[in-house]
Amino acid sequence: MSGKSFLDQLKKEFSGKITGENLTALDPWIEVSPDGLVEVCEFLKNDPAAQFDLLNCISGVDYLEPDPKKAAKTGWEPHTEVVYHLSSTVKKHTLVLKVILPRWKDDVPGQLPEVPTVSHVWRTADWHEREVYDLSGVHFIGHPDLRRILCCEDWVGHPLRKDYEMPLEYHGIRGR
Amino acid sequence: MTQPWIEGRFEENVLVTSIEQAINWARQSSIWPMTFGLACCAIEMMAAGASRFDLDRFGAGAFRATPRQADLMIVAGTVTYKMASRVRRLYNMMPDPKFVIAMGACTVGGGPYFKWGYHVVKGVDLVVPVDVYVPGCPPRPEALLEGLMRIQDKIKGHKISRQRAAAIGAKVQDEIPVPHHSGYVDAPADHPPVMDHQKITG
Repeated sequence: MSGKSFLDQLKKEFSGKITGENLTALDPWIEVSPDGLVEVCEFLKNDPAAQFDLLNCISGVDYLEPDPKKAAKTGWEPHTEVVYHLSSTVKKHTLVLKVILPRWKDDVPGQLPEVPTVSHVWRTADWHEREVYDLSGVHFIGHPDLRRILCCEDWVGHPLRKDYEMPLEYHGIRGR
Repeated sequence: MTQPWIEGRFEENVLVTSIEQAINWARQSSIWPMTFGLACCAIEMMAAGASRFDLDRFGAGAFRATPRQADLMIVAGTVTYKMASRVRRLYNMMPDPKFVIAMGACTVGGGPYFKWGYHVVKGVDLVVPVDVYVPGCPPRPEALLEGLMRIQDKIKGHKISRQRAAAIGAKVQDEIPVPHHSGYVDAPADHPPVMDHQKITG
């Protein structure tokens, strides 16, 4: 199956939850709304034609240009994306899902954007979601153990956000 | 500069030296490093310990798996903030006299992570006192051996006798002496500087 047939099938099953697509990109992707993500993922895993039994990775992408001059030239509004790369070891095909979120929940700085967890669908999503939470600052609702996985547990901020401020001092160690 | 062993053999199996020289000689000939590799520099450290370069020629091949038995901490690799407290703890656990080699660009001053590495300590000397810096990314095993010889020079310069308080600005006796393992490298001051070596095109 190809991206187009997946898209048609997903649109038939979950008409309102598929909010966009780009099938001409180098890595074609389908955009899913946050509230429909779990249903779509369960469908893709269990459907006999799809059989996406492998979640390759979850990536958090922060779209923000801190420089106001360059920000005027970008073709997008500031937002955060969570990208899911799926593969099927049986059917030998791949698919990319995207969830587009605001940078902050309700546009309140400090309130992390929320997306439901898929860690009960693919077990490997557990640590990937912890990593995205740690570095990009996305809150995964329903995650069994959402702690930082790479930074220290008392770390402040999410380092791969574009507006992250470097620590000047950490437990008495000078930062720069 | 202290002289080597006094060649005074009064009779069979008697050798005369000073206790300071004997202790320094013993210490510098059996520096036991700690098994402690944090990142890619540890691969070069292992190469320095293996047969081709053989750290054991300098008596420093016994990598101990515990800080309690180690004299030398070779900080080989990137030190993150998360690791920094562990590095400090390991250093505190080592018995005196203890020495630290900062191996590689990351431990010398943050290296490639200096500007944008949010998680990297900008030089391990912010965490533990460093005796010898070995630059490079990673340093070749020869460079690490050179650093080890500098540690040996430093040990050789130790004084065990009581010293008078030094005047301000005077050279402290315990300071690292002039290296004697200078190899074939000439000091740059011995030559006139190279001029006009850059071709200007256009």
